[in-house]
Amino acid sequence: MKSNFKIKGLDCANCALELERTIGKIKGVINVNINFMTERMELIYDENSKDEIISKVKKVAKKEEPDIEIEEI
Amino acid sequence: MKKKVIKILLSLFLFLIAILFKFDNLWITRVLFILSYLIVGLEILKKAFRNIFRGKVFDENFLMTIATIGAFFIEELPEAVAVMLFYQVGEFFQSLAVKKSRKSIATLMDIRPDYANLYIDGNLKKVNPDEVKINDIIVIKPGEKIPLDGIIIEGKTSLDTKALTGESMPRSVEEQDEVLSGSINLVGLIKLKVTKIFSESNVSKILNLVENASNKKSKSENFITKFAKFYTPIVVMSALLIAIGMPLITKESFKSSIYPALSFLVVSCPCALVISIPLSFFASLGGASKMGILIKGSNYIEELSKVDTIVFDKTGTLTKGVFAIQKIESVGISKEELLKYASYAENYSTHPIALALKATYNSKINESKIKNVQELPGFGVKAEIDKHQVLVGNVKLMEENKIKFKKSNDIGTILYIAVDGKYKGYILIADEIKEDAKVTIKKLKQNGIKKTIMLTGDRKNVSENISKDLMLDEVYSDLLPQDKVAKLEELINDKKDSNKVAFVGDGINDAPVLALADIGIAMGGLGADSAIEASDIVIMTDEPKKIVSAIKLSHKTMRVVKENIVFAILIKVVVLILAVLGISTMWEAVFADVGVSVLAIINALRSLKVNKEQKI
Repeated sequence: MKSNFKIKGLDCANCALELERTIGKIKGVINVNINFMTERMELIYDENSKDEIISKVKKVAKKEEPDIEIEEI
Repeated sequence: MKKKVIKILLSLFLFLIAILFKFDNLWITRVLFILSYLIVGLEILKKAFRNIFRGKVFDENFLMTIATIGAFFIEELPEAVAVMLFYQVGEFFQSLAVKKSRKSIATLMDIRPDYANLYIDGNLKKVNPDEVKINDIIVIKPGEKIPLDGIIIEGKTSLDTKALTGESMPRSVEEQDEVLSGSINLVGLIKLKVTKIFSESNVSKILNLVENASNKKSKSENFITKFAKFYTPIVVMSALLIAIGMPLITKESFKSSIYPALSFLVVSCPCALVISIPLSFFASLGGASKMGILIKGSNYIEELSKVDTIVFDKTGTLTKGVFAIQKIESVGISKEELLKYASYAENYSTHPIALALKATYNSKINESKIKNVQELPGFGVKAEIDKHQVLVGNVKLMEENKIKFKKSNDIGTILYIAVDGKYKGYILIADEIKEDAKVTIKKLKQNGIKKTIMLTGDRKNVSENISKDLMLDEVYSDLLPQDKVAKLEELINDKKDSNKVAFVGDGINDAPVLALADIGIAMGGLGADSAIEASDIVIMTDEPKKIVSAIKLSHKTMRVVKENIVFAILIKVVVLILAVLGISTMWEAVFADVGVSVLAIINALRSLKVNKEQKI
């Protein structure tokens, strides 16, 4: 399963890279790609626990970068 | 943004006062420095503080805070303020550059339509393009974007397809013409019957392509990701080692070893690389789409820069794929008259050759003058035109009717024409070579392409003639689609070096070959679906010369990427070494951090610029 997200307020490239790494470690996340320039995140994950994974991703992101907003598109 | 500028200026002002006026009272200077530091750095301190509790020791804010507070402790006040001040100045420029490139990328994405005017029972209703169904009727007013693909059922206009093809010439369209979403209606009101839902429309496909393009990462980007992972911890650990270890070896005070250690912390962010390398690729993708070249990922830019063999399909790629008159040879009558006889005789035929004749003749045909038309399959046409007996056809037709004529050696389809039993000349019809095909091959050679090859299903003499004309290195003719796959496989396997093979086709029956090549380049034209899907790079304008532009751009991008990698790493390493030796100060470290970032970003943005030379 693949979903796309818009990430607002991402203002440092290295942070984007670190965030990508942290999200990639979440159980059920198969692949994650954060594009710093377009402020987008592409998430490929196990569809059996969709809601759980997405809320976990949002939680982790919020903890890592308190200033960002994530919105599914 | 504005607030940040004020903060920086105010801080800089206090900093300069403290430095320039050497106050007798040391405390005045100190207070000025601390004020200057807090104005510009409080935000960083807050972030750093927040991050410690989250265990992010390698965070940039945290490291900057330690470096500056450390400098305060060893009484290097000006350095402490300068590091923070210039760090913020650098960040400011960095966000400016990011903002600028995000904006230019946004203009590329500007083709997304916001609404469609749905036509229901004579009324117009503004709806979301998502809601429009196939066979719905929509109306597009001048100045509006075409929201969905469709066929014009009423009206005519010209379209601005610049965003799709990079072509600035407007395209004229009228009833029955297919139009693609993403173009802009310039002058007239048109009614459109929708042929594709929004998510399958041209505009959605292109947006998808541009937005997801940089998700396919190049090797250079992956290298930077790995590098960044190890770089910061290594530099921070070295800083610790220096701070504690150096005094043990040199027997000097801890104070003297802390200074170089702090310099290490200042250069510990790999920001210059982390931001500028993906940015170079992204800018390059953006620059390419400005020229009507869609590249599906940064990895393809890297691969394209290594291509040294290009294999072309013939029809539709190097040639226009449509028949056109190449030559008219008349005997005893004018060329115009000969063309007129042929066009009249072929008037009722729908064969591509007849269409080519009529397209060139381009005058009104008075059908009352045409009588007794007889189509003779395998021979040609016999007709009575203006009371003259006219024969138009091949050699067999002339021989059958015992006409004395001279056989032509031209390559292509030759129509011999006889009027009232007398030979009057011939018309040569052939697939036309694209105007820019020749210059493309020449320019490719000048840009590092060693071999150009053509694969075609066409006959040998036709293909060899074209190949000679274009000065291609090799040509293989009479190939069936599966033969093309086998031939390309052979070419790829025969290569001994690590250079890549690109295949250029029009995508119609080339999908397997496009997929097999290291790089598949499709003449996407306006909207051949299979082409967009099967290839790695799509040339929206069908012009071969765009391949030259794409290759030049890929070379430039890779050069920028290499420059940035070498420049950033070199400066950092040099500054680190000088810091250990006690030669460089924290000032140099600040430059190695933010200065290098800003320069690398400026360099990266060069890929977005398309200069005249690249356009050819």
